[in-house]
Parts: sequence; C-alpha cells; structure tokens
Amino acid sequence: MTAKQISVFLENKPGSLAKFTEVLDQNKIDMHALSVADTPDFGIVRMIVDDSALTATILKEAGYVLSITPVLAVEIPNVPGGLNKVLQILKTKAINVAYTYAFTSKKVGSAYMVFRVPDNDAATKVLAEEGVKVICQKELLDL
Amino acid sequence: MSKYFQEEIECASREQIGKWQDERLVKTVHRMYDNVPYYKNLMDKKGVKPEDITSRKDLYKLPFLTKDDLREAYPYGLKAAPLEECVRIQSTSGTTGKRVVAFYTENDIDMWEKCCARAIVAAGGTKEDVVQVCYGYGLFTGGLGLHGGSHKVGSLTLPMSSGNTERQMQFMCDLEATILCCTPSYAEFLGETLEETGLLDKVKLKAGIFGAEAWTQEMRQNIEKKLGIKAYDIYGLTEIAGPGVSYECEAQNGLHINEDNFIAEIIDPETGEVLPEGSKGELVFTCITKEAFPLIRYRTKDICILNTEPCTCGRTTLRMTKPLGRSDDMLIVKGVNVFPSQIETVLLNQGYPANYQLIVTRENHMDAIEVQVEMTAEMFSDSVTEITERENAIINELKGMLGIYAKVTLVGPKTITRSEGKAKRVIDHRNLYN
Repeated sequence: MTAKQISVFLENKPGSLAKFTEVLDQNKIDMHALSVADTPDFGIVRMIVDDSALTATILKEAGYVLSITPVLAVEIPNVPGGLNKVLQILKTKAINVAYTYAFTSKKVGSAYMVFRVPDNDAATKVLAEEGVKVICQKELLDL
Repeated sequence: MSKYFQEEIECASREQIGKWQDERLVKTVHRMYDNVPYYKNLMDKKGVKPEDITSRKDLYKLPFLTKDDLREAYPYGLKAAPLEECVRIQSTSGTTGKRVVAFYTENDIDMWEKCCARAIVAAGGTKEDVVQVCYGYGLFTGGLGLHGGSHKVGSLTLPMSSGNTERQMQFMCDLEATILCCTPSYAEFLGETLEETGLLDKVKLKAGIFGAEAWTQEMRQNIEKKLGIKAYDIYGLTEIAGPGVSYECEAQNGLHINEDNFIAEIIDPETGEVLPEGSKGELVFTCITKEAFPLIRYRTKDICILNTEPCTCGRTTLRMTKPLGRSDDMLIVKGVNVFPSQIETVLLNQGYPANYQLIVTRENHMDAIEVQVEMTAEMFSDSVTEITERENAIINELKGMLGIYAKVTLVGPKTITRSEGKAKRVIDHRNLYN
C-alpha cells in the first residue's frame, strides 16, 4: 500500500529547476504530486508520476542522480483538523515523519498527503486501524 | 650584540664548510646503511656501498628518498637511532592517509633549535627581545621549532600557538612583542585586524619571521608597511628538521642554508640528474648531522635556484631562492600541506567515486578550501537529513586527514570541469608564486 516517489538531486542554482522541468515537458511526463526541499547548496525534487520506471530511465539518461522510494499517500478530509488527526495517530505510536507534502485531485472534499516514515507497513496498519485511508500507486494515478 | 648566532659556523670559509660536509656525509651514510634496512636495500639495489661515498662528489651515487618512501616505511622504518635515544616526534601530512613521522634525539632537537636561533638572530633577535610565536604548537614543527630557537637566543618567548587573534593582539601590545613568528598570511591578517581595532600604534614589533607557506614580494611589502617591520622568510620541512633549514638575513636576498647540517642539491625533477650551479630545479636535501632521522637525498618537490655568491651580510653559506613552485601537486593551505590524493582517499574510504574538485581561495588574508563533490547514486537519498549526514561524514574525515576544515559542496553529476576527458582537480585562485 505505498506510492512510488522519485527523488532527484538538483543544484541550488538559478535555472536548475527550469532545466529539469524542461526534460519532463519534452518527455510528456505528468506529475501528480510534487515537492522541492532546499539546502544552501542543493535541492531534492520529490514527485509522483504516472510511469516511475520510464521516468527514472529518462532522467538518468539526461544525467540526473535519483532514487525511487516507497512513500505513504493518505487521503484525508479537506476540513480543518484533517491533517492533525493523522499526525496525532502517528504521534501516539511514536512514528517519525521525515517529510510530508500535500497534493490535491479533482475529487471535492478530499486532500492528500504524502508521508515519509521509517516503516511503511507499520504506519499503514496503525492508520488503517484508526480508519485513515492509505492509497496505493494505482489508486493515486486514477484520482 | 652580534648579528650572528654562531659566527664561526655561519661565516666559516667555504673550504671549512666543505670539509664538514664531507666528513659528516660519510658518517651519515654509514649510519643509515647500518641502522636502516629500508635504506640499505635501496643502496644495495643501486649497487652502492657506504665505502663508495668519500665526499660530496659521490653524493649523486646515492638513492633518493621521497614522501612515498616515508609512507612505505611508516612509522619506524627510517628511524636510524635506537628508541632509547629518541625523545620526540614531529609530524606532517602525507600524500594519502598516512602522515609523515620524523624522529629526533636530544642532539637533533638541539641542532634544529640552533638553526632556528640563527634565523631569529639574523632577523635582529637578541636576549632583549620578546618573541611571539603564533605558529601551531604540537605535531606541526612551526611552533616548537621557533619556540626552541627563541629560548636558545635567550629572548622572552610567548608560546601563543595559532588562532585566538584577540589574545594574540592583546599580548602583542601589552607585552610589547618585538619579533613575530607566524605564517605570512596570518601576519597580513593580524596587521589588518590591528588596524581595524585601532591597536596598530601600540605595536612595538621590529621584525617578523614568516614561513610554512609561499608568499610573494608584494605580500612582504604589504606586511612590512602595515606592521612597520622587516619581514624575513624562513624555510624548512618536517622531513629534514622543520623551520630553519634555511633563513633570510638582512639582505633579504635568498635564504641561507644551514650547510653544516644539510647538503642541498638541485636536480632535474624528471630525470633525477644533478643540475649545474645556478640552474632552476627540484631542491634535494641530505641531513648530515641528524641521528634519529637523517634522510639522504630527500626530494622536497620545491622548485628553486641555489646561489653560491657571497652575501653582503657576511654569511658564507649557500643561499636558495624562495620556492618558485612545486614539482608535484601539493598545495599549502593555512600553512598545512594538502595533496589532492588525500581528498581522493577520503571519498573512496566513504564508498564514493572520487569525482571532486578542490578550490582554494584567499579572502581577507585567510585561506579557504572548498571541495566540490559530484553527487552519485551511492551518496544520494530522498532525505536531506541523510545527505547532510553523509556530507558531514566527508567533512569530518577530511578534517582528520588534512588537519584543517574544508567546506564540502555537493554538485550535480558531470559538472566538474573536464578538459580532454580528464577532470581538473585543483583550482587555486591565490597567486602565490611571483
């Protein structure tokens, strides 16, 4: 029950992200979710795309260093306190969140969050027990 | 007040110096052959016996020693005196992980400190002087060498060691230091900081003895003007003794080699052939009085020219020019020897390919070193924390290896300048050789 995230190393320089999106554009790669982490020297682009394997190959050929990481994608009600509920559950079980980012879909009333946790299976189980919906890659792409 | 520390040696006749050198060389070759199997092997391989060496004229027959030999023989393989006679080590960086370790007997220390004392007296030092030593104390030869020399002269010695500029300035002003010993770049930095803090008119310095890194004539003029002193160069290397192998006199026209202890040769770095007098080439030293670590024909990799003309100061010893460059890729950063191969070793140790570039800069008289490392799949992670941890592991191992902090910047793959397929490993933005 995980989604496949592609993480890509970028230099923290003007034009670096634009050069990257140009490669995506030229290859008609559609992003469902995206986040960019920054440090003084470099950035990491994290994204979820249609075809992870193909995208990875294209990016490698273009000279990028990347990794594919299974992450948790969670559907939450798009209301105040929606995210808090999920985080409270994780807190109770002392599950650390390394990073998280949000994305949306056409579906009204729902928001989506990606979580990077140490143990996806354990977190999925805990969330499911509390009635939080964890969605898999296929479900995510169908949104 | 004499202008020499040991006039009978510093101003001895050329004939006398030659006689000392011949006798002492023969003795040293025997010492090495008998006590150092590593060097005996090298001599045997070359088919040279100690009996073949009767004077300096036979010196060319002897095998060279290099930093590679020091690494090979690490730690005790080139020690020529029994442990019971050795009282100290000093150390400098090697080309890769292993450091160079040099041994000293009581006599060796005494000899080395006298060499430094000659340099201090040549810079005008007397018993009345207050000598501020801000070279690092410890394994680095700079601090303890000048410290010992200052004691021998009888000057009041301030064992400051390096760093803590505020305290350096306070002691310099309050104790009215008259002679400053440090790297030339630190002298420049001190001068500017004293000026900025309005302390410059409290400075009573008359001379500075600066070494451990290359410096230009322009830097000398800047330092002399700013601090109102005369700036003297001092040269040395741990393998041979430390600072004081050669030193400048008031003529500031070449560094007098302490020839009663060291024989200098100039060779072609490519062929190893000894070059005629006045040629530019690689400087090679043979220690002729040392007991614990008397290296023979040690290749310094410093490029310079020797001058046999008599000096106006009255000293008769051979003079060498300031090093005019290097015959290898060694850099001196903050007075510390840095080899690109050390960076390579660290990256390989950490399990990464050695795709790196070293960028050396000097801003506000302070050297800085940046290591750009190309990101690879092995180093990459989706987590900033993990990448930062890996980056810090590289920084820490580099610090251990180099002895100085190097900033690490992770750059994109294949971004390091390559010419004809070969990556350019070093970019030195400082302009250190005239």
